[in-house]
Amino acid sequence: MEEVRLMKGNEAIAHAVIRYGADGYFGYPITPQSEVLETLAELRPWETTGMVVLQAESEVAAINMVYGGAATGKAVMTSSSSPGISLKQEGISYLAASELPALILNVMRGGPGLGTIQPSQADYFQATKGGGHGDYHLIVLAPATVQEMTDFVALGFDLAFKYRTPAMILADGVVGQMMEKVVLPPQRPRRTEEEVRAQCPWAACGRGDRAERNVVTSLELDSARMEVNNNRFQATYRAIEEAEVRYQEYFTDDAEYLIVAFGSVARICLKAIEDARAAGVKVGMIRPITLWPFPSKEIARLSAQVKGILTVELNAGQMIEDVRLAVEGRVPVRHFGRMGGIVPNPGEVADTLRREFDVEL
Amino acid sequence: MKEEIVIAGFGGQGVLSMGKILAYAGLMDDLEVTWMPSYGPEQRGGTANVTVIISDSPISSPVLDTFDTAVVLNQQSLDKFEPKVKPGGTLIYDPSGIHRLPGRTDIRIVPVDAMEAAIELKNSKTYNMILLGALLKCRPVVPIDAVLRGLKKTLPERHHHLIPLNEQALNKGMELVNA
Repeated sequence: MEEVRLMKGNEAIAHAVIRYGADGYFGYPITPQSEVLETLAELRPWETTGMVVLQAESEVAAINMVYGGAATGKAVMTSSSSPGISLKQEGISYLAASELPALILNVMRGGPGLGTIQPSQADYFQATKGGGHGDYHLIVLAPATVQEMTDFVALGFDLAFKYRTPAMILADGVVGQMMEKVVLPPQRPRRTEEEVRAQCPWAACGRGDRAERNVVTSLELDSARMEVNNNRFQATYRAIEEAEVRYQEYFTDDAEYLIVAFGSVARICLKAIEDARAAGVKVGMIRPITLWPFPSKEIARLSAQVKGILTVELNAGQMIEDVRLAVEGRVPVRHFGRMGGIVPNPGEVADTLRREFDVEL
Repeated sequence: MKEEIVIAGFGGQGVLSMGKILAYAGLMDDLEVTWMPSYGPEQRGGTANVTVIISDSPISSPVLDTFDTAVVLNQQSLDKFEPKVKPGGTLIYDPSGIHRLPGRTDIRIVPVDAMEAAIELKNSKTYNMILLGALLKCRPVVPIDAVLRGLKKTLPERHHHLIPLNEQALNKGMELVNA
């Protein structure tokens, strides 16, 4: 039995990526996620598993190092926070178009622009709707606990390799900076070169005994072929939507009102729900764990049972658009959010329930 | 059992590390814990605060609007957190540097002259451990033994010789609270 430890979400990410048996991490420091690179530097995995840890000269360099590593079939990741993730978008689009598995962590801070270093969820649109150019999706995982930060490293890599598409862990400053109990996974060995070749027959890791060399590129100047590529990407996205939706429900059995929230905000809402239930108001919650693919069917099902839905986000109202698409006007869907790095407290969520739905709390 | 605690003061007073030591003690005692810092650009001189929750059941929100116990170490923090202590809760403050005293009558108010005590111990770095002792006297959410086990586990071996001094500081803090 692995021991229970106390650590920050960012530190847990660093431990988890080494223990996954990843081959490389390429990053550039930015608050509130600098502890990822710092912890990796302290743990010195290049001396144990042989994993590369490199502080690149910029975010753009780091994401292109990820592209290079991923093209050879290696398990590689990068991390940053909002402004740095914006810089990486070109590279992320290229990864998606080249059908390369990779893991990207965004510990969101308040924006737009250089903004603040405090928590935010204002990159929801960027993460779930593309972000870079072209028709593509990332698999987007939203951790609410330090344990999920840890577990989603392996989940993110596994999904990325299964579908040959980049995955993103979309966290916020709260989950990155807070400490709580965590159990780390056991150390897995890094794959051997032979295992990489067997798992990734598409990888550009030397022709060897293959008849043809592998070429990894996102360029296809022939429109007809580019459409074939796009159709293949879309087929992958439909398969992901079919099989990989993840979410957690809280008190939904008898809920008359539903909150939809993700990440740390879902925990703040859970406290408000505990208080509301103590006052006799039946509030439930669904917490999307995959923001893409989004749990639309589950929200549609719950919308048939409740009188109103409240989304709570650290932004001006982004996920609410996906909730409204799922609900199709059956019940009122309202938004409550704080911006610019302000994190609402449970009392503000209760106030909003009172105001929007006229409940007595 | 669930104790929602905020510790607030100037950066450099050991606010975040006091919270961390308390959280580790909770871990040692097999309790659920969260430690959530205000991680703004607070360095020496700025204000810093940390929310620590210790509970025997899973913890939902790591972010709170009211607290069972507040430990405040400067005027700004006293002004900010005095109104946020739940009725019946506890407010611990260090009177050095405080010019407007807390005025609520529905909470327990405990002045702890930790700066004075740290000078007596001839080590200003014992300041936050004295306050932690006072906090644990008022609110015995974890035993002192768990604090010491936590220190032993988290301090590098080369600093283990400081554990007796920390124990002394904890005891000093406990003595400063009138029963």
